[in-house]
Amino acid sequence: MTISPTTAPQETLTPAPLKGGGRRAPADTGFRWLSFLAGFLVLAVLVGIIISMTSKAWPAFSKMGFSYFTEEKIDQVNQIYGSKSYIYGTIVVSFLAVLFAVPISLGIALFVTEVAPQRLRWWITTIMDLLASVPSVVFGLWGFLILRPHLNDIYNSIHAHVESIPVLNTVFGPSGGGNSFMTAGLIVGLMITPIITSIAREVFATVPRNDKDGALALGATRWEMIRGVVLPHSSGGIVGAVMLGLGRAMGETIAIALVIGANPQIVSNLFATGEAMPSVIVRNLPESSGDFQAALIGLGVVLMALTVLVNIGAKLLVARIDRLRGA
Amino acid sequence: MMTTTLEREQAPFPEFDLKAGRLAAGRKWRNRFATVFMIGAFFVAAIPLFFVLLTVVTKGLSVISADWFTADIPDVASSVLASKFGATDVAPVVYGMAPAIVGTLLTTGLATLIAVPLGILGAIYLNEYGRQRRFAQVLRFFTDVMIGVPSVIMGVFLYAVWVVPRGVDGRSAVAGGLALACLMLPIVVRSTEEMLKLVPDHLREASLALGSRTSRATMTVVVPAALPGITSGCMLAIARAAGETAPLLLTIGSTRFLNAHFSGVNTALSTQIFSNVTQPGGEPLAWGAALTLIALVLIFTLLARFVTSRFALAQS
Repeated sequence: MTISPTTAPQETLTPAPLKGGGRRAPADTGFRWLSFLAGFLVLAVLVGIIISMTSKAWPAFSKMGFSYFTEEKIDQVNQIYGSKSYIYGTIVVSFLAVLFAVPISLGIALFVTEVAPQRLRWWITTIMDLLASVPSVVFGLWGFLILRPHLNDIYNSIHAHVESIPVLNTVFGPSGGGNSFMTAGLIVGLMITPIITSIAREVFATVPRNDKDGALALGATRWEMIRGVVLPHSSGGIVGAVMLGLGRAMGETIAIALVIGANPQIVSNLFATGEAMPSVIVRNLPESSGDFQAALIGLGVVLMALTVLVNIGAKLLVARIDRLRGA
Repeated sequence: MMTTTLEREQAPFPEFDLKAGRLAAGRKWRNRFATVFMIGAFFVAAIPLFFVLLTVVTKGLSVISADWFTADIPDVASSVLASKFGATDVAPVVYGMAPAIVGTLLTTGLATLIAVPLGILGAIYLNEYGRQRRFAQVLRFFTDVMIGVPSVIMGVFLYAVWVVPRGVDGRSAVAGGLALACLMLPIVVRSTEEMLKLVPDHLREASLALGSRTSRATMTVVVPAALPGITSGCMLAIARAAGETAPLLLTIGSTRFLNAHFSGVNTALSTQIFSNVTQPGGEPLAWGAALTLIALVLIFTLLARFVTSRFALAQS
């Protein structure tokens, strides 16, 4: 029944012409361009943010020069516009937040992936989703009205205990009401925990089953298996997850604005009041004008530059997850 | 097979005691400590959440009545002042939050109307046209960067380009909605793209083989297949935007009276919480607004989870 190609009637096999033209071609091209423009819009907004903010902040940058970064704070009376204490506050708070959130998040992520039975996993991830969905202003409200008085007592008792120890008595100095770097760090730490947890879970899920089984078959306990196989395999992804959490912590605004105390200063006492970049912006920008406004928008530029750098770093590290999963 | 059986018969495998009880004490305790730490870590995160929700619900419910959804926001500060100076004819405070509820719906609604269609279109470009092209990859990278930009920056951006040039009239639900739209857009793009990726290629190929163009295949086959996932992603983005405070604080202004228009100063639940926390006599308003906001956000989050688990394409 084989028909050799040469004997086959050529005309009947030729399909209908499938040329690119036709009645609907313009619609398809139009749709393509529409979707392209929509995608491009994201880039345009990003560029717009950078250009508009830098140009609005320029009066402050050009007036102060490099001393914008060396002067401690914005002093409207003497027309001095500095940013050091705000940058310090943001860095201290986000560092504390990451310090609290990382062990907790990794613990939860390991619990979900390695220990918890299937049925419990759903509950834990749901509770983490809930934690992630609570608006930051609600955490701020709770932290300010409910948590702060209790924390003030705890801070005072910690300070009383370490009063005679040289370094600790300055780091854990006297508390003034409970609004402090530490309170902000604790609350932001709670807020970034679900973010780090969810990425760490994805990272841990990429560890090959065989490696884990191999470790267990060699007689390792579960913890030894985690330490010897899971953690080394996921180190890059974990650093990425931590950096994403750090980026979120640095940009966190409202919760910090409520519990940090609105008092720009550079002190090593973690129980003292301070101020962070986003919170000084949100508190003062609506009623600002002139150079003061420019200086505040300048803080926004600094904040954006810091978070974008941290996020790009995180993105490059987390990108490894996709590669590992694809392999 | 034969040889192993023979060998085993000749030299029986020495019996090791592999029971957990024989484990060296140090290893055993380290393992137990690690397990306890992991469980403890979960409770360290879950207990504060429980207390936050408990306080918000109990304190919020004591404020919320039928008036809450219809009345204007009371001027609690002057009531407090009046009673402090011994005024006896002070009318009882009627707690209401209608202006803020309307403001939140207006801003979030406008942001949704802008960000969801544009975000889905952008995702269609990335996944259906751009794919692995250089420009699409650059776009994907900067979309991720934009997701990481703090929300307060969106507020500063809209404040600089919208509120400042317009002066007194600048603050409005439009400015707030645009700020939230900037925030939502990259989130919608990325979550939609993830969902489009899950649509199997043979569906696209089948549609193309029937003679449809990419646009038709996308709109009639790919997007409908991914629709539940896209919906839940958008709902999560809406929930996130509804809870935002910082962008609104800079763009929307503040008022105690109902303003159902996009123009003119407005207010929102989140900004009301922020301003009432420190206002004398404002605490009940803050708790009530917090409960309303959490309820709104949770409804969207749980709906999104439900849609995902019931209808969405399975992951991988």
